[in-house]
Amino acid sequence: MAKISKPKSSPTVDMTPMVDLAFLLVTFFMLSASFRTDEVVQVDTPSSISDKIIPENVIMVTVDPKGRIFYGMSGNDTLKTVVLSSMADKYKLKLTKEQYSEFAKLTDFGCSMSEMPAYLDMGKEERKTFVEQGGTKGIPADSSNNQLKDWIHFGNIASLASGEKAYTKAKEAGANPEVNDFKPKFVLKVDGKAAYVYAKHVIDVFRDLNLNNLNFVTSLEQDPRQTPE
Amino acid sequence: MAQMADDGGGQEKGKGKKRAKKGMPHVDMTPMVDLAFLLLTFFVLTSTFSKPKVMSLVYPAKPKGPVELDGTTQINNAVTFLLSDDRIFYYEGAFYTDGNAKGAPNTVLLETDFSAGGIRKLLTNMNRFVLEKKAGYDSELNSKQIADTTYLRKVREAKADIKALKVLIKTDDIATCKNFIDLIDELKIADIGVIAPVDIMQSELELVKAKTGK
Repeated sequence: MAKISKPKSSPTVDMTPMVDLAFLLVTFFMLSASFRTDEVVQVDTPSSISDKIIPENVIMVTVDPKGRIFYGMSGNDTLKTVVLSSMADKYKLKLTKEQYSEFAKLTDFGCSMSEMPAYLDMGKEERKTFVEQGGTKGIPADSSNNQLKDWIHFGNIASLASGEKAYTKAKEAGANPEVNDFKPKFVLKVDGKAAYVYAKHVIDVFRDLNLNNLNFVTSLEQDPRQTPE
Repeated sequence: MAQMADDGGGQEKGKGKKRAKKGMPHVDMTPMVDLAFLLLTFFVLTSTFSKPKVMSLVYPAKPKGPVELDGTTQINNAVTFLLSDDRIFYYEGAFYTDGNAKGAPNTVLLETDFSAGGIRKLLTNMNRFVLEKKAGYDSELNSKQIADTTYLRKVREAKADIKALKVLIKTDDIATCKNFIDLIDELKIADIGVIAPVDIMQSELELVKAKTGK
């Protein structure tokens, strides 16, 4: 029998294909990733068969399981600052420059205008625990003190104005833009466990402002019409 | 591993040049692989693939003044769903209570559930008019007898037809958002064109309470 001689040096494995694959995957995930937005509350949305993707330009109202209302909007810092300054004017609130820039960073928030300065002075984590521990009752929306209505109203005005600018800009650039793409869409993100009366209240606020086309955030589920029986 | 290259001829020696090593130079790739997988793990864990989806619902505009019902309003092919906590009741047509003008028997609530055999079957039966028409258009579309736009227009027309089912949704205080969205979802599956979420009447609420015992 011929003896099989063991190689003396440690066996080297060619790692090149593995590295290739690893970097390929890294590249793929880097490019395809859309990061989780940092919201103050996590809500568990119900599922539906709708495959419509959430629009770009939105005003989003979130209702958490306890029925608290949170407001968030897409748009740049200037837009958010404009909205906050309109609100500050209406509720006679003086805010510092730092507080304005802090507000522009928020994805969404949920506090009354009187709580606003303290809320903006908090750190990110501090704010989250503040909301989690029920430090705020969310944005007030009762008929005597309907701040949500004002937020939506001012948000809508500011968003429409900036949308109009973007539209004329796109038109001047030679594109053929669709007017509706530049208008804000109204999105309602409700927790499945929240009582419907809370959501209804928010819907009524929208309807009072004559904004009747609403979108509910849902997670996708299989359409039963497409499954073979 | 690395070996000194043999000296070549005298010419090269004279120039003092070193010859390149023979064979592949080995680079230790372990740290790079570590890094690559670290990044990979990070992106896999942080990325959210599916953007959230939205389901749009158009609400009727709020009437400016109080609405006067003169009793002559006809309800054609309408069904009213009453939602309570995970339970769903319905009745067809108008709502009749004791001593109504038409002398019709009192409305009795029927119950169904959110399963495929419950509400989905019910709606498929009730909305047969639209579904049959749509199935006809589907086959026409597939055999390329009609264009996409014509198809969409025809389906829209069928949904708005007077014979198509109209749905009213009413909720009590303990219904959850999930119940509501699930119902809307079922209505969309059944191709119902007219969906109207409206306020619940006191008399209806009493019937629901009698059923649920809450």
